[in-house]
Amino acid sequence: MITAERKPLEELIEYIKPFKRILLLGCNECVTVCAAGGRKEVGLLASGLQMAMLKNGSNIDIRQHTLERQCDPEYVEELVPMLDGAEAIMSMACGCGVQQLAMRFKDKPVFPAVNTKFMGASERQGVWAERCQGCGNCLLGMTGGICPIARCAKQLMNGPCGGSTGGHCEISEEVDCAWQLIWDRLKALGQTDMYLENIPAKDWRPGGGSGPRKIIREDLAE
Amino acid sequence: MKTESRLEKVLAAGHLAVTSECGPPRGCQPAHLIEKAKYLDGIVDAVNVTDNQTAMVRMSSLAASFIIKQQGLNPLFQVTCRDRNRLAMQADIIGAYSMGIDTMLCLSGDHTKFGDHPMAMNVHDIDSIQMIQMVKDMRDKGIFQGGAEIKGAPKMFIGAAANPFADPFELRVMRLAKKIAAGADFIQTQCIFNVPKFEKWMEGVREKGLHKKCYILAGVTPCKSLGAAKYMANRVPGMDVPKEIVDRMASVPKEKQAEEGVTICVETIEKLKKIEGVSGIHIMAIEWEEKVQEICERAGLLPRPQV
Repeated sequence: MITAERKPLEELIEYIKPFKRILLLGCNECVTVCAAGGRKEVGLLASGLQMAMLKNGSNIDIRQHTLERQCDPEYVEELVPMLDGAEAIMSMACGCGVQQLAMRFKDKPVFPAVNTKFMGASERQGVWAERCQGCGNCLLGMTGGICPIARCAKQLMNGPCGGSTGGHCEISEEVDCAWQLIWDRLKALGQTDMYLENIPAKDWRPGGGSGPRKIIREDLAE
Repeated sequence: MKTESRLEKVLAAGHLAVTSECGPPRGCQPAHLIEKAKYLDGIVDAVNVTDNQTAMVRMSSLAASFIIKQQGLNPLFQVTCRDRNRLAMQADIIGAYSMGIDTMLCLSGDHTKFGDHPMAMNVHDIDSIQMIQMVKDMRDKGIFQGGAEIKGAPKMFIGAAANPFADPFELRVMRLAKKIAAGADFIQTQCIFNVPKFEKWMEGVREKGLHKKCYILAGVTPCKSLGAAKYMANRVPGMDVPKEIVDRMASVPKEKQAEEGVTICVETIEKLKKIEGVSGIHIMAIEWEEKVQEICERAGLLPRPQV
């Protein structure tokens, strides 16, 4: 999923200060799962903003809503009747949701309430970790199912650097060495020969090197 | 012979090669660089010129290599994958060779986290093994990484690093094999303090016959002080400084520690020289270039052969 973290309240107040009425919009997808921008977080943020504004001596009307998916135009369309009188939108979705709104509602300012972080997975309750950088040409079949692009601090494709110590990355004891994990997996699978294969220099075009990416499915596209 | 590199000539003639390093200054101080390089003149076969070492901005390794070359020494141009993409690397390699620099070292590079620009993006377009392959193809096939023909190919003697002390240990010989398969002509190792562990790694190297496919230069560093030994033991990722070394540094009074550090270094070189498959010694006297001559003299590495 796409992970996100809420921005500091002070930053959000600066965005909404000039307005009297805004729509605060959550998303039911990834940001709900990582507890950054779902229905619950919308409620919490709305009261937080209102209290902070009151403290500053101003009143703001915050309408709350959570869409099934902000990155999908079908759902975004639902907002049309709700936007009457709203001077601005604050989105708690990832950057994709924010931009979808900005494209659709050309006369309304749209502000992000979260910082979009990475594509990750849940390690345990309340902990998410990066797993994929969307390089566009998946290597996982050669690396024991563990990604050296997303999980090695130097994106090394041919083994660990000289800083791998006791299973940790040189940058922090909190970070696993991806190549230690890969090696342990290859050993467990009896595939250590795969390590001897030199992986050639990567073509970064599918990974964004050739500009913004797009998928067009001819069988589905209208 | 693949190149005109003096280091290659020394190694090919069967001499025990000696290299050392010279870190470029943190500013426009060519005179300071020249002063440091002078300590190594006639003492070593090639001088490693580090590339923004420890991820701190310095005079570029290309410019510093050229300045050192002008002084009559043989620079060993270091290039990391951290700061340049493949276009910039190839451009610098052509530039270096055009200025008579024919020996280089391909490295991943210390992470930016350790330096003074932790906010910078790490590049890592290619990794060190892919860089070795790229430089080999530039030299032997006369092509750029992208496939086009180079008009005037750089004939680089290609070096790589190896750290026998990092984890997982059992993979370290295989990683060396991958570097050799990619095209490494010589290897400089991480500083060796734990000689028995290095010997164990070399056993693995010999088992696979890798010492016959590539020259291995064993790395050493003289400890300047007890503090330096402790720092390397505890703070430098992938360094293995056994307790005996730290204790030995601690056993002498402060004013004698530098001398003790040099003595340990000389003793280490003596041990390394005897290990089958070691083709040279790489002395990393960090900001202590003036000691290299004494180390070489005491370790019987002088005079350097004329090739």
